[in-house]
This record gives sequence, structure tokens and C-alpha cells, in this order.
Amino acid sequence: MSTFIAITISGLALGAVYFLVASGLSLIYGLMDVLNFAHGVFLTLGAYAGWAVAQHLPQAGWTFVVTALAATATGAAVAAVTELLLIRPLYGRPVSQILVTIGLDLALVGLLLGGFGSNSRSVQVPAWLTSVTAIGPDRIPNDDWLALGLGLAVLGALTWFLRYTRYGIIIRAGAENRDMVRALGIDVGRAFTLVFAVGGAAAGLGGLLNSVVFASGLVDPTQGDDMLIFAFIVIVIGGLGSITGSAVSAVLVGLVQVYVTFYAGSGGGLAQLGNMSVVLVLAIVLLVRPRGLLGRTA
Amino acid sequence: MITARRRDGDGETDGDAEAEVEVSDLHATIQGSHVLQGIGFTVPHGGVTALLGRNGVGKTTTLRSLIGLQPATGTVRIGDQRVTGWPAHKIIRLGVGYVPEDRDVFAKLTVRDNLRIAETKGGGDYERVYALFPELKQRSRQLASTLSGGQQQMLAIGRVLLTRRRLLLVDEPTKGLSPKFVGEVVDALERVKDTATVLMVEQNVHVVRRLAQRVVVLDHGTVTYAGDAAALDDEALVRRLLGVSV
Repeated sequence: MSTFIAITISGLALGAVYFLVASGLSLIYGLMDVLNFAHGVFLTLGAYAGWAVAQHLPQAGWTFVVTALAATATGAAVAAVTELLLIRPLYGRPVSQILVTIGLDLALVGLLLGGFGSNSRSVQVPAWLTSVTAIGPDRIPNDDWLALGLGLAVLGALTWFLRYTRYGIIIRAGAENRDMVRALGIDVGRAFTLVFAVGGAAAGLGGLLNSVVFASGLVDPTQGDDMLIFAFIVIVIGGLGSITGSAVSAVLVGLVQVYVTFYAGSGGGLAQLGNMSVVLVLAIVLLVRPRGLLGRTA
Repeated sequence: MITARRRDGDGETDGDAEAEVEVSDLHATIQGSHVLQGIGFTVPHGGVTALLGRNGVGKTTTLRSLIGLQPATGTVRIGDQRVTGWPAHKIIRLGVGYVPEDRDVFAKLTVRDNLRIAETKGGGDYERVYALFPELKQRSRQLASTLSGGQQQMLAIGRVLLTRRRLLLVDEPTKGLSPKFVGEVVDALERVKDTATVLMVEQNVHVVRRLAQRVVVLDHGTVTYAGDAAALDDEALVRRLLGVSV
């Protein structure tokens, strides 16, 4: 039973990281109809920024806050610049958007490989993050709690922002009818840059957490592309454009992946069974509910 | 100042010093169709000017062109500003309100959020809107998608009246409404015209007669008549210009 609780919390933590990455993707697609294939590199750059900042900080507990802020700010800045320079001229041209974002991803990953090589870098984290917390007989890694807490915090913050702030309302209205938002005197372009920045911020934070929680603190240039595949699966299962759907789906995918990997074992060619189980969940959801759990028509 | 005159789509305006809107040589093309072919007219300051014409002659395109939602060439002046080529939000910030033909309320937002989105830095005059349309206050937490057509029209008009506007562009405000809602919408516009200039597209000649002091008639992408609304009393002229009997 204690093992079950521990792997359940590990699955929830993985779901939280998936949510951080997928929420930005879902936000950008759901509100702006942009399929952003450069989203993976946003999280990679966030993780590298975290690594770079952590190198210059002491090993005190509070320093991880600065590391996380650096990752978040880098993701937001890169995403905002991407929207301003590359996406803004291409609204209403989905094929061009896809080609440009794929090209940007390839170019930035190539630059990272050229600048840092293909070897992984290790993010320095405070000692408390690598230890465990005992709850009864269970010993839960602290980084699982961190991922869970940040995932919940970002879900709450995004929901509050979109529902209750005027900018959030403008963004939701812009997703419905861009022209009418303009006709009310609102610079809708600025709102869309903000959407990209928010999505990029979540991705940057998700990239750092993915490295710290699930990659032994290692950062490498292609980690974002690997995560992007799962992020796309999460938003399709959750329903394109639904933040709540992404959260539910991320938890489902995280739990399924961890349970199958743990209980089916990883020996004898079964190492990829966890990943395959996620694809199976995707297939079942698409067959039963093509628009995803909580989304509009896919 | 009301100046009755006829136009033949020559694209000229007289540079009226008291004009709230001056349009000259306005061209717009939609999907290869040359919808506006060099129209020109003025809207004097104050009161209601009705933009009339058969279906498809370019009335809605004209309104959208004035606020930059429809790409167009030519000259548009609002007040003392030449706004040609400006982005829509910048034109609107001159104090222009736009009520579109299909209301275009935000269906997934509540009534209150539909109004809130129209606030400016100074907030919004909710008392004024709720005084004109008390029903909006009662339904402030309701999703706009659940409102009737008449209630959505009230919301669309209320949204632009939340802040002070010098010019209102209103596209077919009574289209598809029951007589009860037509009365309420017309009453509201009648009160609004005391504080803002209104340029209104309207098919209902009875509504035009009640509200408008001037009319501009479009046909085949050109202005065929611009002048006093009293011309609508001339049944033969109305039949010739609009193809309808009154």
C-alpha cells in the first residue's frame, strides 16, 4: 500500500509537469488558434536559464526560487519575442505558423547543441529538494511535492487570471471574436503577446521542473522536443483549448504512465510500455469522445 | 446644419466644417468584388443619419471601413482626424462606438463581463446603461449566449454606451427583433442621439422616419442620394432609391 501511495504521488507530480508544459500549448492554441511547435524549445531554454543561474548561486534553500524565476522569465521572454516577430504577421495562416514554429524549434535546438554540445548539464539544487519527507510509512521525494504544489499553483493562477481579470476576459473574448474586441477599442495584439508570454512562462517553469524531478537534474538541448509529444497528447485528450481539460488529462496521463511502468516492469523489452499506454489512452479517448474530455470539437 | 443635396457617387465631399464624419473616394473590395466604388458623404455633427440601400450594396462594409475593420482606400475623417489606415482600436479610442449587424456579443462571457470589457481607464457608466436597459442588470450573471435576440441587442448597444462616445455606428439595430424590443431599442437610440452623433444602417423605413434627420442612400457601391430624411415622404423617390413601398 505504501508503494502504491508513493508511486501515485510520483504520477501526480509527473502530471503536474505535463500540465505546466501543456497548459501553455493549450492556452496558445485554444485562444489564438496557433499550433506552436516551438513550445518545446521554450521549456528547454527555461531549463538552461535555470541551470545557468543556479551555477552562480549558493546552495541555500531559497536559491531555487531564483532559479525557478529565471526559468519562468526566460520562457516568457522567448515566447513574447516569438509572437511579436514571427507569429504576429502570420495570424490566419495556420500552415505558415506551423512551418515557422518548426523552423524556430530546429534552429534554437541547433544553436543549443552548437553552444553547449549534446552532453547534459546538471542543475544544482538545494539539498532539501533531493531528500524525502516521511508520511507514516511512506517516504515521498520532496521534488514530487514541489512539482505538485507548483502545478496546482499555476492551475489556480491561470484560472483566476482568465476568469476574473479584465485582461483575462479580453483574451477569452478575443478567442471568440477578434474583430469585435478591436471594435471596442482594445489592442488585441498586445493581449495575444501576453497569452504567448504566459504560455512560455509555464513552459519555462515546466522545463526546469522536468529536469529536476524526472531527469536527475539534467538539462539537454532536445528535452523539450521529447516533452512536446506528451504535451500534445495531453491537450488532445483534455480537449483543445481547455485549461481544466489539460489539468485532468495531465493527471490521467501521468498516473497511467507511472502505474504501467512500475507494475509492468521495465525489463525484457518492456521499458516503453509506459509510453505506449499513454498512446493507448489517447486512442481510446479519441474513439469514445473525439473532442477530448472537456474541449471543443477537435 | 442640414444640407439636402443629391449625389451621384462622384466621391466628392464638401469639406463641411461641422461634419462629424467625412468620407471621400472610399473603395473596398471583398473577395474580388468591388463593393464600395468611391463613395463620398458627410455626417453632420449631432442627430441621426441613416445609411440606406438594398441588400448587398455595401452599407455594412461602409461602417466597417470607417473604423478600420474592413481594408479600404480613400479618405475617412472623424472630427478633425484623418483616420485612413489607422488600426481599428485607435479609431475607436477617438470616441467611436460600433454596434454590429449580428450584435456580436461574446457568447461565452456573462452579461457583466461583456460590459466590463468595454470599460476604459476611467471605468464605465453602468448606471447609464442599466437605466436604459434595466434587464441587463437583472441578468448580469447570465451567459450572453442564453439571452434572446432582443436582449443581445440591448447588450450590444449597452456595451458601447458604457463610456461617452461622440459617434455611434449602429448596423441594423432592429433586425430580427420582436415589436416590443424594436420599441425599446428605438427609444434608447432616441435618447442617445442627444449626446452623440449616430450613423445608422436600417432597413425599417418606419424606424428611419422616426429617428433620422438625414439619409444617405447607396446603390451598386456608390452614393445615389444624400439629404434630408423628409425625402422619405416622397413615395416615388423611395421606390426608385430603395425598391420598396412605404
